[in-house]
Amino acid sequence: MGIGGLLKTYVGMVPNPMSSKMRQVRSRLRGADVTVSVCPYCAVGCSQLVYTKDGRIIDIEGNYESPINGGTLCPKGAATYGLLHSPHRITTVKYRAPYSDHWEDRPLDWAMERIAQLVKQTRDATYEETDEHGTTVNRTLGIGHLGGATLDNEENYLIKKLFAAGLGIVPIENQARI
Amino acid sequence: MSTTVARDRPGLTGTTGARPGAVGFLTDTTLCIGCKACEVACKQWNQLPMDELGFTGHSYDNTGDLGATTWRHVAFIERISDEEGRRPTSMRAFQSNWLMMSDVCKHCVYAGCMEACPTGAIIRTEFDTVVVQQDVCNGCGYCVPACPFGVIALDLGDGHARIGDGKAHKCTLCYDRLRDGLEPACAKACPTDSIQFGRVEDLMDRAQQRVATLREQGVAGAHIYGDRAVGGTGGIEGLNAFFILTAPPEVYNLPAQPELPQRKTIPASLATVAAGLVFGLAAVLSLRRR
Amino acid sequence: MPGLGARLGRGGATTTQQSLADSDCIVIMGSNMAENHPVGFRFVLTAKTRGATVIHVDPRFSRTSALADLHVPLRAGSDLAVLGGLINYVLNSERWNSDPFFREYVTHYTNAPVIINPDFRGPEDLAGLFSGYVADERRYTTDTWQYADQQARPAAAEDQAQTAEPRPQYLGRLTAPPRLDPTLQDPHCVFQLVKRHYARYTPEMVERVSGIPRDRFVRLAETILANSGRDRTTAFCYAVAWTQHTTGTQIISACALLQLLLGNIGRPGGGILALRGHATIQGSTDIPTLYNLLPGYLPMPMATELERDRTLEEYLRRNRPLTGAWYNTPAYLISLLKAWYGDAATPENDFGYDFLPKISGDASFQAMIPMMKDGIMKGLFCMGMNPAVGGQNAVLAREGLANLDWLVVRDVYEIETAAFWYDAPEVRAGKVRPQDIKTEVFFLPAALAGEKEGSFTNTQRLVQWHDKSIDPPGDARSEAWFLYHLGRRLKELYRGDDTAKGRQIAALTWDYPTEGPLQEPVIEAIVREINGYTVADGRLVPDFSALRDDGSTACGCWIYSGIMPEEGRNRAKSRRGDERAALEWGYSWPRNVRILYNRASADPQGRPWSERKKWIWWDAAAGRWTGYDVPDLPETKPPDYQPPEGAVGLDAHPGDAPFVNMADGRGWLFAASGLRDGPLPTHYEPWETPVGNPLYPEQPRSPAAILLERPDNRYHALGDPRFPYVLTTYRLTEHHTAGGMSRFVPWLAELQPQGFAEISPELARELGIDNGDWVVISTLRGEIEARALVTERMQPLEVDGRRIHQVGIPWHFGYSGIATGGIANDLSALVEDPNSRIHEAKAFTCNLRKGRLRSGAGEERRE
Repeated sequence: MGIGGLLKTYVGMVPNPMSSKMRQVRSRLRGADVTVSVCPYCAVGCSQLVYTKDGRIIDIEGNYESPINGGTLCPKGAATYGLLHSPHRITTVKYRAPYSDHWEDRPLDWAMERIAQLVKQTRDATYEETDEHGTTVNRTLGIGHLGGATLDNEENYLIKKLFAAGLGIVPIENQARI
Repeated sequence: MSTTVARDRPGLTGTTGARPGAVGFLTDTTLCIGCKACEVACKQWNQLPMDELGFTGHSYDNTGDLGATTWRHVAFIERISDEEGRRPTSMRAFQSNWLMMSDVCKHCVYAGCMEACPTGAIIRTEFDTVVVQQDVCNGCGYCVPACPFGVIALDLGDGHARIGDGKAHKCTLCYDRLRDGLEPACAKACPTDSIQFGRVEDLMDRAQQRVATLREQGVAGAHIYGDRAVGGTGGIEGLNAFFILTAPPEVYNLPAQPELPQRKTIPASLATVAAGLVFGLAAVLSLRRR
Repeated sequence: MPGLGARLGRGGATTTQQSLADSDCIVIMGSNMAENHPVGFRFVLTAKTRGATVIHVDPRFSRTSALADLHVPLRAGSDLAVLGGLINYVLNSERWNSDPFFREYVTHYTNAPVIINPDFRGPEDLAGLFSGYVADERRYTTDTWQYADQQARPAAAEDQAQTAEPRPQYLGRLTAPPRLDPTLQDPHCVFQLVKRHYARYTPEMVERVSGIPRDRFVRLAETILANSGRDRTTAFCYAVAWTQHTTGTQIISACALLQLLLGNIGRPGGGILALRGHATIQGSTDIPTLYNLLPGYLPMPMATELERDRTLEEYLRRNRPLTGAWYNTPAYLISLLKAWYGDAATPENDFGYDFLPKISGDASFQAMIPMMKDGIMKGLFCMGMNPAVGGQNAVLAREGLANLDWLVVRDVYEIETAAFWYDAPEVRAGKVRPQDIKTEVFFLPAALAGEKEGSFTNTQRLVQWHDKSIDPPGDARSEAWFLYHLGRRLKELYRGDDTAKGRQIAALTWDYPTEGPLQEPVIEAIVREINGYTVADGRLVPDFSALRDDGSTACGCWIYSGIMPEEGRNRAKSRRGDERAALEWGYSWPRNVRILYNRASADPQGRPWSERKKWIWWDAAAGRWTGYDVPDLPETKPPDYQPPEGAVGLDAHPGDAPFVNMADGRGWLFAASGLRDGPLPTHYEPWETPVGNPLYPEQPRSPAAILLERPDNRYHALGDPRFPYVLTTYRLTEHHTAGGMSRFVPWLAELQPQGFAEISPELARELGIDNGDWVVISTLRGEIEARALVTERMQPLEVDGRRIHQVGIPWHFGYSGIATGGIANDLSALVEDPNSRIHEAKAFTCNLRKGRLRSGAGEERRE
């Protein structure tokens, strides 16, 4: 074997030393807590593992145990961590007064009370106890609701129960017709 | 797929030229649906920022290339019509006519980047993978032209990549995950097992069987890119991350005969080796002082 | 999914994603599965690896087509002609007529032998119409569609409040056992009616309508036929590319008809997999946030001219069939009333029946848009929905938002619906000013899975629990928190109000325990209520068979009953998977059945049709059904059971009746009730189409489609030369629906950063467009601009001697977030399928030109 052959064989095999920092590298999942979740995007229903440390989510990936996804995810599912941690995420209440050209910050409690008042006001103004034939209808068309397919089943239950059964709101719709 | 990495299996490895116990990727394009889960899973695990290329008009590829902050890249090649311009009806088994390939660092058996690296920042790990040590890299950039695949890149913070630390970056084959026996993020996420992780020798066996099956099913062009035995990569002895392709490598923008620039002349190569040794020694000394 | 409900009995996918791995042939039609359900697609590839044939029938060559063995491009909107062609081909094929399997399956398990009212006439006799058409009301009366010799007639098709899902009366009511002709020869039997109806759907006709060349169609048909039978099964996968048509329900129901004829329903590797697009879109129809349904597919009480459910008795008289599983409707409804109104629900007040609001007209999502614009609706909650982008005729949707008194948007990002008043294209273009918009807008930050616990129901009816990892950030809260505390405040505000509206909210049970510093309601307390309990002692019921109609039980959603059969056992949390039915992974309604109608996986005598395709079978020694799955019929009902005279409920079904929700236990090739636009699927053109209908020239478009035409929602005439191109909208792998969960996420936004329109090189050449050029797409509703993606994956088709160009636009994009683009739905129209009230976004017409909009604002209303 000539020198060229020797080089060809051994160049690149001369081990460069590993830095002490590199020696200490470990996955950040070490010592993390894990809970089981379900991907929030489409309806395939991929099982996800959510890893947390010190009250923060540090990683979300597929769950090997699932008979559906077997650990895998699509790009949206793989981006679930990014969905939670996007720089565009809003975590405060924003309020736009009628005819205003800007948002204002408001406390959550204030918004809850204001919304409850508006619901009562609109419901009281639009409530129908009976229709033109005298049939009891106990309803309002003055308030609507959209959404549900991205929420939890239990939340859908509360929407239908509170809005329809409790307040008589008829136009309650979700993405099933989209 | 296995979540445990065997590090100590003795004996020779297959035809890839990889060292015993080497791990790597088999990327089987015939199973790829171009979903880009690998790109996102990689960015998520490695916490890499988004690139801002905008709309490219190149099929569904708005990623463009591998880079300092993109360590998996799905290439899209539309070869829809036949020679007479007719659209296909019956197609060959598995991926056909719209080729999609998830490209990645090849973790070469003879790694040009590592040979070129004067600081000893680029090392071959106990898994036989090639990794840039960020605490050693000084951003000299010698590694960049030394990679025949255009994989490694400096993060210059020029809009294409926003960390801007000036250092060299590329796929680590999830070195941190391997240290804890975890499967690399891209291979784990891949919904169709187009990306498989494992011991190189096992993957090569699997690839050879797969190619044989594909050929039986009429996919005449199926071959392994990165298998020394079939000369798929010419100048490079073998790749620890190799591919099953159904068209010539150039179609996927892969070099048919990749060569290490530093091998073009022996003196130049020697100079590099010498420089490497000097810098390597310096690095060792500097590490010792730390 | 009334298309499946009307023929099979339940509005859900009949099979599981995993079962696709057992298929011998998978037809993906009306779906781009690899792109929109990539993880589900892995089972398609598993089947493929085991030797299955994969077929993609779609106008575009997509990432799904790239992995298929056969790509069959068709003109968008011609699906029903193709399915009708397959039905015709199958019925006349040598294989179907020579292999006894098909006749045995069809005679025992479908209504093929049933004799129909001899007065029935079809489109072959009446120039494209069925008998009973009321032209000035664009609807049918269904007297002539009924089984012969029945006294009572179901009123379903007169039902003014159309539904997205099957309702009890959809499944028919029988007053006598159906009259049968087991030889299938009687000219009035279903089999002969079906055969006659599709006789003109020949390969030649399919080619004229769809642009699929004859030889290619024959290859498609032969492949499906060869892979159906005793030992082989073919599965169909579809998604909203079938649903979103004025004939969408009938397209799906045509597939059900075909799969029944081929003996593929209820069997492993067979069936129809509806691929749904949101995490719990199935759950939100099961436990419906829909205006016309109560939980578990009970209909909302009606108050219309034709249907008037004034009392509980009237409601039950109309909605309770004598035979089949819906016979227990009183127990389900009264248990629901007990769950909702507790002590206020007594036998004396009809268990609080009057507290339920009654519906009269259309209050579907499409109808809500003009309701906002016209000032009927004054306040709106949006929880994880983005109508400014996702609404049809989105320009009109935004005009509606701008006319509300108040709007509450609960989301994680500032989506278009929250930002419309300052950021919409019409505002950016200066046509509308924020200071002219009165709407009071609240943005309340929401929590995501991981920050709250609860369950989703996936595309195969599988309920899975997600745990809570951490509290949501800042003011972000779950919807459960918001609703619980809003309800609490409203109860307080109405305290002492003794009018009807005060009594309604006062009667509502709303006493969930709370936990933690945020005072979140305990979610499993809600699951408890959904599962049901005995009122006296609060003990959980084991499943819905324990529900009673005397007020002694309460249950929030009967089909989910069994999900928490005992204290501390939430079956949505079951997490032991396996390679077969995975019965210990999650909970699948009803009663944890995985493959619906699985009685049909065995022959009439209860034996597996074949070793290869066994799933459940009768164990004579043990006297029960056994196998891999939970049997979808009473577990101890012998295969040879014959109902005694006067039997009711499930006892009225014989032992070979797989379709337990249907009145006669049979799959309905002929839907005697339940579909508003005909008992047999019929090809009508989309409402907007460049071509006529060679099958029914006098009746080219659906005679029962619901039109909402008005000056701000105009339609293109058939063949309008100003709008010569077929437009279809769709999703990409990299984004989700109206973009609210993807365009704001950097890692997804970068992958598809901008809106685009896909056109063929042929059309690009005609119009002088280069790849990447800006183009303007226009309809009578609006105009948008987009970048042109010129690709051979799009192709013009020869349709009846004419070259038809198709344009494709992803509908994800909008004006907010990182990835932006013109709103595709600014182009679409409000027009409805009469059964599901869904719109027609998969096939309408448009114009396209090179250039940009003058305003440069992305999109605008066409003047």
